[in-house]
Amino acid sequence: MKIIILGAGQVGSTAAQQLAGEQANDVTVVDTRDEVLRDLQDRLDIRTVSGNAAHPSTLLAAGSKGADLLVALTSSDEVNMIACQIAWTLFRTPTKIARIRSGDYYGRPELFGEHSIPVDLAISPEQLVTEYVERLIRYPGALQVLEFAEGRVLLVGMRALKGGKLVGHQLLALRSHIPNTEVRVAAIYRGGRSILPEGDTTIEEHDEVFFVAAREDMRLVMKEFSTEEASVRRVVIAGAGNIGLRLAQALEDRLQVKLIERNPETARRAAERLRNTLVLTGNAADEELLLEENIDDADAFVAVTNAEEANILSAMLAKKLGARRVMALINKPSYAELMERGPIDIAISPQSVTIGAILEHVRRGDVVRVHSLRRGAAEAMEAIVHADGRRSPVAGKRIEQINLPEGTAIGAIVRGSEVIMAHHDTVIEAEDHVILFLTDRRHVEDVGRLFQAGTPA
Amino acid sequence: MNLGAVQRILGLMLMMFSLTMLPPAGVALGYGDGNWQPFLVAFVIVAAIGALLWLPVRSARADLRLRDGFLVIAVFWIFLGLAGATPLLIGDVPDLSLTDAVFEAVSGFTTTGATVIVGLDGLPKSVLYYRQQIQWLGGMSIIILAVALMPMLGIGGMSLVKADTPGPIKDQRLTPRITQSARALWAVYVLLTVLCAGGYWLAGMDAFDAIGHAFSTISTGGYSPYDASLGHFGSVWIDVVATVFMFAGGVSFALHFSVMRRQDLRLYARDTEFLAYFWLIAAIIAFSSAYLWLAGEFPALIVSLRHTAFHVVSVHTGTGYTTTGFAHWPGAMPALLMLLTFIGGCAGSTTGGMKVIRWLLVFRQGVAELKRLVHPSAEIPVKLAGRAVPERVIIGVAGFFAMYLVVFAVLMLLMMMLGLDQVTAWSAIASAMNNVGPGLGEVAVTFRDIPDGAKWISAIAMIAGRVEIFTILLLLTPAFWQR
Repeated sequence: MKIIILGAGQVGSTAAQQLAGEQANDVTVVDTRDEVLRDLQDRLDIRTVSGNAAHPSTLLAAGSKGADLLVALTSSDEVNMIACQIAWTLFRTPTKIARIRSGDYYGRPELFGEHSIPVDLAISPEQLVTEYVERLIRYPGALQVLEFAEGRVLLVGMRALKGGKLVGHQLLALRSHIPNTEVRVAAIYRGGRSILPEGDTTIEEHDEVFFVAAREDMRLVMKEFSTEEASVRRVVIAGAGNIGLRLAQALEDRLQVKLIERNPETARRAAERLRNTLVLTGNAADEELLLEENIDDADAFVAVTNAEEANILSAMLAKKLGARRVMALINKPSYAELMERGPIDIAISPQSVTIGAILEHVRRGDVVRVHSLRRGAAEAMEAIVHADGRRSPVAGKRIEQINLPEGTAIGAIVRGSEVIMAHHDTVIEAEDHVILFLTDRRHVEDVGRLFQAGTPA
Repeated sequence: MNLGAVQRILGLMLMMFSLTMLPPAGVALGYGDGNWQPFLVAFVIVAAIGALLWLPVRSARADLRLRDGFLVIAVFWIFLGLAGATPLLIGDVPDLSLTDAVFEAVSGFTTTGATVIVGLDGLPKSVLYYRQQIQWLGGMSIIILAVALMPMLGIGGMSLVKADTPGPIKDQRLTPRITQSARALWAVYVLLTVLCAGGYWLAGMDAFDAIGHAFSTISTGGYSPYDASLGHFGSVWIDVVATVFMFAGGVSFALHFSVMRRQDLRLYARDTEFLAYFWLIAAIIAFSSAYLWLAGEFPALIVSLRHTAFHVVSVHTGTGYTTTGFAHWPGAMPALLMLLTFIGGCAGSTTGGMKVIRWLLVFRQGVAELKRLVHPSAEIPVKLAGRAVPERVIIGVAGFFAMYLVVFAVLMLLMMMLGLDQVTAWSAIASAMNNVGPGLGEVAVTFRDIPDGAKWISAIAMIAGRVEIFTILLLLTPAFWQR
């Protein structure tokens, strides 16, 4: 697939890295900053073009003729929209994805379409991150909560903690703990490396365990294995930017929310727009302020300011002062890795959250949902089994008969309205939605091939 | 430094290179010249050495970094010289010493085209074919070919291409994937070779000569299966075909590719470097042919035009074909031609020399300095195709000029210490470093008669020139080897 990425920022370069990692893709990145492009081209097997992303001449130089996908990720919504418009008008680029940050645009989906602004998918990283954090707060104890099949199936990552019921048990024993629910362990990470989950695998302390279950069962499963109290009541958010504000809006009716913002002007505007949130002006890394606002009682502390270093520091401080769970928005993958192993419970990486939405459009038509995990090393996906009356390597087979690449596990199957947990003898039928977990995303193309209709077994 | 990965790639490329011993063996069998054995033995030896290098580190999967890329390029060019010399050394004809065999191979791969063999006309066809093929493989670089054929190099391929591409600006990509870019370059190269061979054939060569000469024309190498070079044919049309395709070999292959892809010849006229290259050569041809005619070297202007056009293009692009020869031309002509070799063709072409673009940048920088003397506070960027060239590039080019001259001076002095006279020494090093072939004085026709030491120095100069000296100099700096 020929892909043009506009903008080599955090999300743009992560997208380029992930997409160029798949042999089938030809990636060209456009940006105005020569230095950034040179660095990127030294690292990745891509072509770079320097110039204004919205100019027809730049798009032409980037190979818009014959491009299959345009991903506009510059920092300006307007440039992104105009670039999509130009790519469509002049070059008839079939698929166009644009990053749209401003809620003013994003909130009006009728703006986007073939006869208005030709954007096939408008993604708002802020919105996606907000939803992501909201899910994490709703499922306390989870490191990651991902939805499949319109939210009917959940993939949840949890850390096995000392004293938790997970630790020291074999996976086989799971069933006896929760007799009436079906749950499957899709992957286990121990010390940063994946180990194959089998019936006799014993879960150790600090393991990161990924469960797949139906939505209605997941809460029960988590309650069973979590050491933490069931519900979150008090949330402290640092930073009233796009994400912080939206998050507060989403949570304020159910929970007690405090929002800390440094800039008085921003704080005042946030207070205007929020109804039940206590907006505080001050530094989120100020010990006095945090103590005064009873940080030791907070169930969750979420640092989502624009400065990742400030996020890290304030989250560390909040943890030390007694906040139960702390999360920080961290862009740099290396920082995120460092922090998640140490003082911070969850590092929120906007580009991982965003990349999934882009990957869904790159994969062949049979893949409907993609979530990037572990900073791009692993991937969870939902694929539809097509048979078309021809032979399929998947349809009509028992799971144990399917030749899956190493490190790949089928977690669940959605058939119509029914959610089926995968067992070795489950038979897959045509039109099933299959939820897979790939611990090594280098096998993504092999897996994709399995789900293409007409591939010989 | 990632020595495992470097060794693995060197092994793989040597194994790949060993396969190129098979076509000459085929030629030997086809023409029945009985000389197939040396090539098969060389095939086995080179393949075995490659395998021995590769086997212990075959699972070294780490990606090559740019630094490793430089190491691979430098070492591989040296390996090529030695490996390429094996069949010449093994065979009874020509009867070459180690020095001569290595010199001949290095001169071939670097597309220099200086030879130590006299009496080519009597050699077996397979040996003659092998020499032409070496030049062809060296022209577009066997390393680019390796990247084109071995996608498993991945990111490492990028480092290799970057380290092996001549010219000051290396960030332009033809296609998003480096493998495709490498394939595109080779496709253009093969296409031009086919066209050139067809041209020679129409002009009256037989198939063997047409293909062989096409190999050394497009690669701007200059080997010929005849002692008299293209003068053997004495044909106007062959001279014309040679001139056109030598000129084409001196143009950036990326530019050729763009023209073919967009099917738009005007792209040539829009390329600053191409225009400079074109007008420079045109002006020198016009001047020299008039000068040589007036000086009485040639009886008519048109005859003078034919021979000067051929020799100017041949020497400027570093091909080194001769018909009448130019060392005996009157006045400043021989020295002028030798000086032209320092310019060479365009960046991204198969020529040696310092490349037109560098001279263009340095010249414009000089003009800008002059303007600055008049208007000390003026903002005067050095522009190329309407865009300001980053200061870093200009400084880089200036540094390149300085190092080039230093290396040139040191090697020339070494040659003189070995007893060569001044004209021979400087023209031999100019010819070797700029990958031309013939020089002046004792090396006007062949390098056979200079001392062995001088041959080794020339061979080093050829490799240094082919990899644009920095790659070789880099290996001599302690910083390169520090972790």
